Amino acid sequence: MTHIIEAHGVTKKFKDFTAVNNISFTVNKGEIFAFLGPNGAGKTTTIKMLTTLLRPTEGKIKLDGHDPVHEQSDARRSFGIVFQDPSLDDELTAQENMELHAALYSVPKDIRKTRLEELLHFVDLWDRKNSLVKEFSGGMKRRLEIARSLLHHPKILFLDEPTIGLDPQTRNHLWDYVGKLNKEEGITVFLTTHYMEEADKVAHRVAIIDHGNIVATGTPEELKKQTETKTLEEAFLKLTGNAIRDEGANAMEGMRQARKMWRR
Amino acid sequence: MSTIYILWLRQLKRYSRSKARMIGSLGQPLLFLVALGYGFGPIYEKAGQGNYIDFIAPGVIAMSILFTAVFSGIEIIWDRQFGFLKETLVAPVSRTTIMIGRTLGGATVAMIQGIIIFLITLLIGFRPESLALLPVAFVFMALIAIMFTALGTAIACVLEDMQAFPLIMNFLVMPLFFLSGAMFPLKDLPGPIAVLTRLDPMSYGVDGLRGALIGMMEFGYATDLAVLVIISAILLAIGSWLFSRIQV
Repeated sequence: MTHIIEAHGVTKKFKDFTAVNNISFTVNKGEIFAFLGPNGAGKTTTIKMLTTLLRPTEGKIKLDGHDPVHEQSDARRSFGIVFQDPSLDDELTAQENMELHAALYSVPKDIRKTRLEELLHFVDLWDRKNSLVKEFSGGMKRRLEIARSLLHHPKILFLDEPTIGLDPQTRNHLWDYVGKLNKEEGITVFLTTHYMEEADKVAHRVAIIDHGNIVATGTPEELKKQTETKTLEEAFLKLTGNAIRDEGANAMEGMRQARKMWRR
Repeated sequence: MSTIYILWLRQLKRYSRSKARMIGSLGQPLLFLVALGYGFGPIYEKAGQGNYIDFIAPGVIAMSILFTAVFSGIEIIWDRQFGFLKETLVAPVSRTTIMIGRTLGGATVAMIQGIIIFLITLLIGFRPESLALLPVAFVFMALIAIMFTALGTAIACVLEDMQAFPLIMNFLVMPLFFLSGAMFPLKDLPGPIAVLTRLDPMSYGVDGLRGALIGMMEFGYATDLAVLVIISAILLAIGSWLFSRIQV
């Protein structure tokens, strides 16, 4: 099997804090790979390095054969991403958000229209294509983001905690979409989530990261066997301990609050 | 090219959809025009300087462009906060292209705002001296718009949030405006103020615009153009560099 994502000895340091410490892993083509870990373990930092938003301090990454540091454009074309926080333009309609993405990724005009329509149907938003995104619910925004991330036919789809804050119905739907995409388009999925039962259900393979180190990799079954537990959640807790993690509130969060106050 | 166009179009759509912003940003220039225009008018006239409304109309147009442009540039902070910035940062296009698209979009919005104010000044009786020079006036309006959108963008790149916003208003935008000669003639000023007004790039924008609209100038077109083009280029370069270093 070929590896579509490769990470070798990847380290990220912020001044004297090591967020990710010498991690190595590979993701096979066509696989759904779950990257799990407690808050502050280094998941988002890893995703940012994989998606060209951060440069690794040390180590090598390959995305579909491209180095995200030196072949940025090729690497960027190879993936689509749904970020942890929304990244849509609220003041534009669903369709305008899609068109903007298509232009940024120079999707050819002739396939743009059909692909856009097909994807909006796929996430059940075709009827709402002319609504402003600010009128959408959290679940609708997530669906739109998934549709948008697929517009340029990426080979890899990154999902950073895509189900956070969504109701169980929407979460189920969302994983159905992801499963369908993986099966029908053969797209590789790299996801993070805090809901272990979701990872257990959809992921072919799992890696668990804690304090910047990968502490285990394998199929959900292998991890359960290895830790002699019945569920992935128990296996996760056994591997990462029960202590509660504090994630430093970052500047972005503070700003988000401030903006909310402005808007009221 | 299509990236620049789509980002430009985005700014225009956002602008046209937020009526509150459009109307809100007309308030201040109108207040200056009416309160100062009519308030100081008689004194100005007694001093033998002519019609004060005619004098400040170009200044108020320049001011509305200045304010809108800086705001448009600063919008990057909102985009960063709302997450949309990330969508552009992972896209396979260069940051310089993104920066150009954004700046042109912001500058266009500021231009439109300036033209609206210009139309309002016509309503209250302002008459440009020569129609032939109107294109020159538009060139100066565009330069002011580009220069200050680039400035706003550069500032936004180094700010994490809006906490510093009053600081920018009070210590940058307001001084740029008040020291520019938008409200008073730059002739025969006391030493220190004369120096400050000549250090303010806004002075050259106002001067060029006033020259084109009412034929009254302090520095001349060549100086005005040279200063505006050079400062804009520098600000654009700094802005692009800062923008390329943004991490989210």
